[in-house]
Amino acid sequence: MTARGKFALWVAVLFLAGIAVPVATGLAVVAVLAPADQEVVLRVLQERMPLLVLGAMALLALAAGAVRWLFGAYVEAAAGLADLTRSARAAPGAAPIVIAGAAELVQLAGEIERLAAEAHRLRDASDGRVRESLAHLEEERNRLAALMSELVEGVLVCNAEGRILLYNEQARALLSERGDTAAPAPVGLGRSIFSLIERNQVVHAIEKLEQARARGEAAPRTRFVAPAGRGRLVKFEAAPYRGARAELAGIVFTLADVTGLLEREAQRLSVLQSIATRARAPVANIRAAAENLAGYPDMEAGRLRQFVEIIAGESQALSQSIHGALQTYSEALKASLTLEDMRALDLLRVAEGRVRALAEVAVDLDPVAESLWLSVDSFTLVQALCFLAARLKEDYGVRRVRLGARRAERFLELDLGWRGAIVGHDALAQWEGEPLRIGAQESPLTLRDVIERHGGELWLQRHGLAGERDACFRFLLPAGEPVTAATRVGAVIESRPEFYDFDLFAHGGASQDLRARALADLSYTAFDMETTGLAPSAGDEIISIGAVRIVNGRLLKSEIFEKMVDPRRPLNPDSAKVHGIDAAMLAGQPRIEEVLPAFHKFCEDTVLVAHNAAFDMRFLELKEESTRVRFAQPVLDTLLLSAVAQPALADHRLEAIAERLGVPVIGRHTALGDALLTGEAFLRLVGLLRERGIATLGEALDASRETYYARLRY
Amino acid sequence: MSKRVLIVDDEPNIVAALEFLLEKNGYQVQVAANGEEALARLDEFAPDLVLLDVMVPKVSGYEVCQRMRAQPKWRAIKIVMLSARGREVEVEKGMSLGADLYVTKPFSSAELVATIGGLLSPQT
Repeated sequence: MTARGKFALWVAVLFLAGIAVPVATGLAVVAVLAPADQEVVLRVLQERMPLLVLGAMALLALAAGAVRWLFGAYVEAAAGLADLTRSARAAPGAAPIVIAGAAELVQLAGEIERLAAEAHRLRDASDGRVRESLAHLEEERNRLAALMSELVEGVLVCNAEGRILLYNEQARALLSERGDTAAPAPVGLGRSIFSLIERNQVVHAIEKLEQARARGEAAPRTRFVAPAGRGRLVKFEAAPYRGARAELAGIVFTLADVTGLLEREAQRLSVLQSIATRARAPVANIRAAAENLAGYPDMEAGRLRQFVEIIAGESQALSQSIHGALQTYSEALKASLTLEDMRALDLLRVAEGRVRALAEVAVDLDPVAESLWLSVDSFTLVQALCFLAARLKEDYGVRRVRLGARRAERFLELDLGWRGAIVGHDALAQWEGEPLRIGAQESPLTLRDVIERHGGELWLQRHGLAGERDACFRFLLPAGEPVTAATRVGAVIESRPEFYDFDLFAHGGASQDLRARALADLSYTAFDMETTGLAPSAGDEIISIGAVRIVNGRLLKSEIFEKMVDPRRPLNPDSAKVHGIDAAMLAGQPRIEEVLPAFHKFCEDTVLVAHNAAFDMRFLELKEESTRVRFAQPVLDTLLLSAVAQPALADHRLEAIAERLGVPVIGRHTALGDALLTGEAFLRLVGLLRERGIATLGEALDASRETYYARLRY
Repeated sequence: MSKRVLIVDDEPNIVAALEFLLEKNGYQVQVAANGEEALARLDEFAPDLVLLDVMVPKVSGYEVCQRMRAQPKWRAIKIVMLSARGREVEVEKGMSLGADLYVTKPFSSAELVATIGGLLSPQT
């Protein structure tokens, strides 16, 4: 029965009881009187009727007042107490259990508060123990996460359904379309791997792995190369992992960017083929002519001269063609897999420290442009520099050297210079063949090996007229390609990112009806938007969208979406006061036609969650036509869910809900801040809803709808 | 009667050497500088063997080979393909199209003569 119904019933009962007693008594008294006396009484009553009605009305007012008081003091207070108690269970200590009402209930609230505090303390104690063991687990996880982020390769693990369970930053950078990791990457926990890799590729890989297993291979692996964003080629190496019954539980992919490698490999191959092809014909001609000359020494003079000329001409053509081929492809021939692209300045800084420490000489570093890159095996090259500095000191007493670098065509000149000592060319020639020895350390490599490994050259350079006293060893090394920040990943994330979620392992088939799925099992995107104003139909526009993913009951703070949008219309000053975004901040931001498709992709396969979702959904709906994206997934509204979970409480503003549920309210009125708050509040509401018997998505949607209509009527 | 060999190649230097070599070994030799000319010569010259370079102008060596094998009257003519391209796939292609032999440049003159002799001897 509704509260109003209950109220009316109580008043009626009390009123009727109040009327019934005097009337019944009066009737009993009148019944035993003589008929004449009865007539007198009846007349008296008729004459006093207005007074009687007045009395009855006074009684009614009295009854209503009494019930009103009783209701406030007991019924409403009890309902409020129940809600507060429920909140206290969900978020202990967040809000004090204090109610206004009858003294007994106030006392009861006090007792419940004490009981809650007691329970809280007990829970804390057991939480402490749980936390300890969790901390241990956490440490293990952190170790794994650290290990993964240290790997040069990308790592991606998916379950048998192709949902991503684990990945590292490298994998995300390799597979994200634009390479900047802040962009909404399609790599995310619980996302489908098929949006990243051609489905058939993965199916084929699984088939191959299963075949290998059928053949009895203990640790089958397979690999394939697939295109990724930005025209890159990524090599995927796939290895299966097995479940408890040895069934295929998922695949571990290691990823490496092979764009450059493949290009170089192809280039080298084409050099080989081109040299072979170009050389074959002239060599054949020379050989045939030469063999004729050798086989038939008595041929006539004319023939003889013809064959000799053929040999001379073809030899010349041959040497030209080989020369040309080598020149054209010298870069490809020189490129070696052991070389990495490195900033010259970084290399010299490392060398500076090592030379100072190992060769024990003073080192001056020339100014070197940041933009210089070289292709280098940095370890052996630094060894070579240390070795040369040490020899200069030992054999020539050099105490101070200079390091510098500059560009020379497609190469880079790297100098190890000194003043004073006159070093002969023969010294360098001798040192080149010696193993690199610095103090007690000796490398198996010689200086010449190091130069060859780089496809470089080394010589003694003397400067100026009096240059004998100012000289350097000059290395000519291949220039390198600048490595963009996008591919230099790792060690950028300060807090441990939520890049893994092993609980996803347990996820069942996605084919089940979504409505029947438990709220706790679904993936969500909690989002919020800031707008130019409050009237979408009147032309107000979205100016920022913030969103965060929720997977397996965890808010993934590393999987966020945050974009500003150029609204192409002036801002409403009142709204600007709320969100603090001004026109200057929006100038040059992408338009809604770019942002919404990206956001749509970010939300794929998730249920949307927003506070007062109807408002946000209206904005999205109005943009369907111009952006060609439709947000068709189910939507849950924290405002409605809060009203379902805590019907006795009146305040369901986001801030109020968050406070009641013990979510710290920070970063409000930015789209992302509110999205995070909404997400946290939502996660706690799910617990409260379960207590009210609302466990599946379908039940939550239905309850929301009922509350919505209830609120509309209200 | 001496056997006839048709050399199909556009490089005069190799043609000169091969022509000289084969004539010294008692063959009757004619030269075609491209694939089209080679096909035109087949009926009139009626060679026992064609020494066919893969890279000849107009009609490629592969195509000459294919067309010869498509004609019953030319099926008995032996085909030795010569090529400066020695990748396995190319050798395989030549043999699949019906060549009796695929010789990669450079080659030994003595071996080539011996091979031709083998192909044209009545036992085979």
